Parts: sequence; structure tokens; C-alpha cells
Amino acid sequence: MQLLLKNIKKSKHYYILMAPFAVLFFTFTIIPVFMSLGISFTYFNLLEPPRFIGLDNYLKLILEDEVFVVAIKNTLILAVVTGPISYLMAFVFAWLINELRPKLRAFMTLIFYAPSISGNAFLMWLLIFSGDVHGYLNALLIRFGFMTDPIVWLKDPKYMMMVIIIVQLWLSLGVSFLAFIAGLQSVDKNLYEAGAIDGIRNRWQELWHITLPSMKPQLLFGAVMQITTSLAIAEVSMQLVGFPSIENAGHTIVTHLIDYGTIRFDLGYASAIATILFLIMITTNLIVRSILRKVGE
Amino acid sequence: MNLFKSIKRSFTKKRKLNRSLGGDIALFLLLALFGIFSAYPLIMTASNAFKPLDELFLFPPRLFPRNLTLDNFRDLSELIGNSWIPFSRYFFNTILITVIGTVGHVLIASMCAFPLAKYKFPGRTIFFTLVVYSLMFAPQVTATPNYIIIAKIGLIDNPAAIILPAIASSLGLYLMKQFMQQIPDELIESAKIDGASEYRIFFQIVMPLVKPAWLTLIILLFQRLWTTDGGSFIFSEELKPLSYALRQIAQGTIERAGTIAAVSFIMMIVPITFFIVSQSRIVETFSHSGMK
Repeated sequence: MQLLLKNIKKSKHYYILMAPFAVLFFTFTIIPVFMSLGISFTYFNLLEPPRFIGLDNYLKLILEDEVFVVAIKNTLILAVVTGPISYLMAFVFAWLINELRPKLRAFMTLIFYAPSISGNAFLMWLLIFSGDVHGYLNALLIRFGFMTDPIVWLKDPKYMMMVIIIVQLWLSLGVSFLAFIAGLQSVDKNLYEAGAIDGIRNRWQELWHITLPSMKPQLLFGAVMQITTSLAIAEVSMQLVGFPSIENAGHTIVTHLIDYGTIRFDLGYASAIATILFLIMITTNLIVRSILRKVGE
Repeated sequence: MNLFKSIKRSFTKKRKLNRSLGGDIALFLLLALFGIFSAYPLIMTASNAFKPLDELFLFPPRLFPRNLTLDNFRDLSELIGNSWIPFSRYFFNTILITVIGTVGHVLIASMCAFPLAKYKFPGRTIFFTLVVYSLMFAPQVTATPNYIIIAKIGLIDNPAAIILPAIASSLGLYLMKQFMQQIPDELIESAKIDGASEYRIFFQIVMPLVKPAWLTLIILLFQRLWTTDGGSFIFSEELKPLSYALRQIAQGTIERAGTIAAVSFIMMIVPITFFIVSQSRIVETFSHSGMK
């Protein structure tokens, strides 16, 4: 105990350096997680003081709310499709780019990374998927005789999820892509020569036995980033197919949360949604991390 | 043709014995195909911003405008001129939020990252574990309580409601801490022997060494703040940021397609330019981003 106190005193300067960030981090990240959990057991509309109602929000959410079932289904579809595909795309492209010369590599990095930092340029897809005959995709398909009447891509529940997936994949080569590029560049070159002597014959064996194990830390980091983004898809859906979307075909857990949190002001209910999403995100992350740790072993 | 030759050379020169030419070509095609998928909307956005309205709906859409025009930007400025808040005000608000936010983030996150990366002290492991866990959930999860907290502190309708949470972004802290771990301990030890305080070591030795990481933190936060529309935190018209004003304008129908393109072009060109300039150092930062 005495030792701990002495240690704390000795580290005074470290705590001072960390204090500003720590205060903000606790105020806007850690405390809100626990508040959210607390509020989820109440009825709270910001005007009246919160009223404790036990598990009512959760029961209503799981047993009665049919829209939430749709939201969960859509979110899982989006996450299961865009999560792994974008992760794989980020890795494959980083790997292919890695063999190019530095200048060309920098150029391709820019091309793949640019969509994720280009603000609302994804609204361009509104024009591509526009529902009249002037929409680029419709015009293209009609011109080449694949169909005669335009498809209303953004308003037809049959196609809405597909549109969201395409645009989300387009946006998805972000932080994890950069991490993979950097990771590939820092793989020890001697390992490849040693591998060639040990009988590694083609690039697939090289990838599996040398490259992947050496960049495992980046792979784990990339996975965390990708899982978190793919479970929180909302912005693209709201901007492209509308909010609320027709037949809720583009409704996700996060848009459901936005609906109750900022439109209906049922904060207790919104917090219950947030808590469920929080649990889904953390669990998925921990499971995928424990699987990835086994890569190349 | 020249480009193709140089691409081919870059493949063949480094090609080792275990590479087949067929495989190279297939992979090159894959890259080219997805490169087009990735670049096409951006190029169209840029080119549409300079097209007259009648060319916007031409089929097949032209990659480059035939009659280059600045009409869309003129329409945009006219629309903006008609709003009752001067446009410069929106611009100023965004600049204010972005500059204070990014500078604050780089400084405060680095201050926090330094002890985490270089020293052992009580509470260090648990704090860093919390940071890593916070990477695993999206900020939307805490949106509701965040609103309540910000309202309680009295920051509603104040740019600080956007800036303060952004400053404490845990991704930046995480990347900075990982990067700082590469600084040799001897450097810090010798400064200590010379009698430098922790603060001097931080500002005069550590900070200059982690410049590549600064740029990374800047671009990550910059793109978040640059595109913020104030959300539910800012409701006074004169405090609204640029992205909000531009989105209002873009919310028109098909006649506004040109203006939307002009808006999107303005919003995307700034972060992309920043990335082009600082790319190599940003990538360098990420080589230390790994997780255990």
C-alpha cells in the first residue's frame, strides 16, 4: 500500500500530462457507456426526471418492436457482407500494391484510400443509381439492352440493401487499409529469402507462412476498425435510400437508435438499443480477435 | 501506353522466380478494375462540378466536360448569397472547429500518449485497456448520454460541444502511443541525466520525433470535423458549420445536381490534398499500429 502511494507520488508528472485527455475521455466515452446502461432501465424524455421501469425497454425491444427485428436483420446482413469483404479487399489491395514501385504504389494508395476521406462525395452514387432513365446505371443497362424500363434502385426494397453494400464497400478502404500497407512494408525482407531456402515455392505459401504471421498485429488492428465500422452503418443508408426508408428496407440498429434518440426523444428506449449494439460490437470484436490470433500457427 | 509500360516494368523487374507472368497479369487487371471502381465516382464528382447542366445528364456521361464552366460555382455562390447569414460565417465556423479540434487533439493526445508509451506507473495498464476497448465500439453507442452530458455542462449551441469530444478521440491516442514506443529509451534517459524535466523532454525531444504521427492524427480528425454539420448540438444559424449550409443547398432536386457536384467537390478536395502531401509519413505511422 505504502509502496503504491509512493509510486503514485513519484509518477505525479505523468498524471499531469495525462489529465486533460483522461478527463475528456472519461466524460465523453467511459461515463456515457455506464450512463447508457443506467438510462436503459428507465423511461426518460429529457423533460421529466427519469422513471425506473426495470427491463421494460428491453422486453419491448425484443418482444414487440417489429421494426427492431428488421433493423437487426439488416445490420447483420450489412456487417456479415461488408465486414469480411472490405477486410479482405483492404488486405488484398495492400498486398498487390506492395509489389509496385514506390511512385505507383503511392498513387494507387491514394486512389483506394481517397473515397473514405472525401466527405460527402459518396452522394455521387445518387446520380449513378438515380431511378429515372438518366441515372448512369439505368442508362447504361438500357443502352446495352439488358432491360427496357429503368429500375428505381434507391426506392425499391429489392435493391436498397445491395446499393448500400456497394457504396459502403466503396467507402471502406480506410484506416485498416493504411495499416496493412504499412505492415507489409515493415515485414523483414530476410524472412522471404530464408523462406525460399526452406522450400517455399509460390506466393501463396509465402503469404500464408511468412507475410501473414509477420503482420499479425496490424491484422488485429484492422479487424477491430472494420468490425466497428461495419456494425455502425447508418449515414450511407440515410443519405441514399432515405430515413425512414421505404418498408424500412435500409433500416439499421443505428438508424433505429437515431429515430428514438433524436426524433422521438424516448431516451430510455434509445439507450437500450445502444446497450445492445455495444454488446454486439464488443463480443464480435473479442471473438474475431481470438480467431485471428491463430493465423499462421 | 507509357503508363502501362511503366506498370509492366514495375511488375517484371521485381518479379522473383516463383512468380508467373499469367498471375501477374490477372492481378494487374484486378487492381485496375477496382481502381476504376474506386476512382470513378470521385473523378465524376470533380468533373461534374465543372460541367454545364445539360452535359450533366448526357449519356454516356463524359469523364471530362466538353464546355468547361464555372457556372455551378457561380450558382452556389448565388444561393449562398441569398441566405441571411453571410457565407463567410459558415466557413469561419468550420475553420474554427477544425483548427482548434485538430491542434487540441494532437497536443492533448500526445501528452497522454507519452507516459503511456514510455513509463510504468500505477493505473497505466487499466487506462490503456479502456482505450483499446473504446476502439471496439462506434461513437453512436454513446450518442444519447453524450447529449445529456453536454446539455448538463451547458455546451449546447457552443462549438465546444463538437470540439471537446473530438479531442478525446481514442484512435488518435492509440496510434500516437504505439508510435512513441519506437523512440529509444536511451534518448529520454540521457535527457534526464542532463536534468531536463518530463515536460521539457516531452516538448523538446519527443514531440519533434513523432511528427509523422501528428499528420496521421490530423487527417483522421480533420476529416471528421471538416464534414461535421453540428448535429443536434448546434442550432443557432450563425454557429452552423459549412457542411450544414452546403447540405441544405444540396437538398434540392435534380436541377441542383450541378450545385451538389460543386459542393461535393469543395468538401472532398481539401482532405484529399492534405493526404497527397503527407501520405508517406501517414503510412509510416501505421506501421506501428499493431495490436496484440
